[in-house]
Amino acid sequence: MSLTVTGLRVHYRTLRGDVKALDGVTFSVADGEIMGLAGESGSGKSTLGKSLIRLDGRMRHVGGTVELDGVTLPIGDDAAMNAHRFREVSLVPQYAMSALNPTRRIGRMVSELLASRGAGPETAELERRLELVGLSRDVLDRYPGELSGGMRQRVVMVISTLLDPSLLIADEVTSALDVSTQRAVARTLREFRDRGLVKSMIVVTHDIALVHQIADTITVMYAGRLAEKAPAEALVTAPRHPYTRMLISSLPEAGVRHEDRRLAGIPGAPPSLLDPPAGCRFRDRCPLAFARCAEQPPFAEVAPGHHVACWKAE
Amino acid sequence: MLRLDDVSKVYRAGAFGGRELRAVSGVSFDVNAGEVVSLIGESGSGKSTLGRMILRLTPVSSGAITFDGTDIRALRSPKAYYRQVQGVFQDPFSCYNPVFKADRVFAMIKDEYFPRVAAAEWRERVEGALRGVRLDPGQVLGRYPHQLSGGQLQRMLIARAVLLDIRLLVADEIISMLDASTRIDVLNLLADLRAGGLGILFVTHDLSLGTYVSDRTVVLRHGSVVETGPTDLVFANPLHPYTRSLLAAVPRLHARWDEEEADPGETPCPYHGSPEGARTRPGLAEAEPGHFAACSGCAEGAGAPRKLAKEKA
Repeated sequence: MSLTVTGLRVHYRTLRGDVKALDGVTFSVADGEIMGLAGESGSGKSTLGKSLIRLDGRMRHVGGTVELDGVTLPIGDDAAMNAHRFREVSLVPQYAMSALNPTRRIGRMVSELLASRGAGPETAELERRLELVGLSRDVLDRYPGELSGGMRQRVVMVISTLLDPSLLIADEVTSALDVSTQRAVARTLREFRDRGLVKSMIVVTHDIALVHQIADTITVMYAGRLAEKAPAEALVTAPRHPYTRMLISSLPEAGVRHEDRRLAGIPGAPPSLLDPPAGCRFRDRCPLAFARCAEQPPFAEVAPGHHVACWKAE
Repeated sequence: MLRLDDVSKVYRAGAFGGRELRAVSGVSFDVNAGEVVSLIGESGSGKSTLGRMILRLTPVSSGAITFDGTDIRALRSPKAYYRQVQGVFQDPFSCYNPVFKADRVFAMIKDEYFPRVAAAEWRERVEGALRGVRLDPGQVLGRYPHQLSGGQLQRMLIARAVLLDIRLLVADEIISMLDASTRIDVLNLLADLRAGGLGILFVTHDLSLGTYVSDRTVVLRHGSVVETGPTDLVFANPLHPYTRSLLAAVPRLHARWDEEEADPGETPCPYHGSPEGARTRPGLAEAEPGHFAACSGCAEGAGAPRKLAKEKA
């Protein structure tokens, strides 16, 4: 097991109390696995992604453990985490522009970054990897502002994986890109795994259709908890959690017309995480809800590799 | 109803405005009552610029945009125009002033356009419009923008536009910021409004959203139309290589990218491969009734600027 997360709870401090953005999340990611992490805004997917590498000032680690390759990550301790960042856990952020220093040429920025981690400049390896993502070595002499969005995103991907981290977290990396660039960037992620540059990967996204193209397993979050985790194909074709089912059936696909088939959304809204209700958090919007849903369902394995948090899923 | 005729937009670029940037060149299409036209393009295709020109937020450089036969540049009263044509944009949060309650957008409409309507009747109209967009008036009225979700705010903006009894709605990427489970509700809402006779220009980069709701599709690339026609024809039989590559790149739930890699091989250019008689619009050849495609950038088209093609036609 490359990554094992057990009962992870992370809260946001606000003036009105703690927002329970992650409330007891347990899962594992195997070696070589690309896990897609999908969910709507406010589901806690980005919080989970961030928790594995850096808690920002408002986030507080309340409970649970994160173990990577048998070593417990000190996720609540910002300074202690520094030894793990970049070498073992690395991140590709959503907006590549904000990750690059606009006043430095890319080559210089990379060597400064490597020096700060005590690693020597490996120009040959860097150039080989740029080639891998379809960029020429000339980008090293350019400023970030001179590159297109897709190129910047690929540069950041190369930089993040330069020290061969065990776990790579890709946070909505394709959301700001055009569809054709999106495809190239998504494929590059897969390529990194196939070539062994990173051992395993968590791809955080709101787009299930996209993550289904590259991931081995997909995990769906709802209101701070995991709803379902399954092999990508199974999750898309035979979802078992009512939320996943409704979510997937509400996605319009190219070619589906309103006249032929009127799709339906999910009525209602997710509960506030300031003071979430007990039991299953989807039960107010769930057509299958019954008395037992007042009790929180376990995240149980219903088929090999298929976990669901629902009393009605078998 | 709305007609664009050879519309172009040239921006001055560079340090002293020395260079010219053609954001939109020679675009023609129209939107009729009770029709949804989707304008599809990637970033930089000029789709938002077109939307802004139709809303008179950006002046047209050449060509003409007419609404019911009147050039919108020559309108004597923009206010009367806005009573019939309204826009809703991508980011609903930026359309509200966070200091005021969200329903102030309705009060502003009343002050501006309906000062003589009695308060009670106005309230009824607002509630009717809100129910029309599937919002519970009790839940959204009197709240501040931060207390409402993006989907709610977006639907309130549509309700605001509907209150004016508009005839054309320019919807610029209104779905992109919404969550998957509420997206479809807004799309269904647009379809219902269309059934009520509203013409909608649906600007989007997402082809699957475009097909779901639209009657006709206009595909833009680098500011010009590469393919246009009834949505079912464009999607069943994409002629232009760009439309094909766009369609292939859309992630789908029931097909993997790897499975559809089959190379279509050399296909004839939809414009220069067509008989001369089919080249009925400037730069566009009509392959099927109503389905037009532009030159794919083939060898024959490389040397010939758009103007020549136009004169030939």
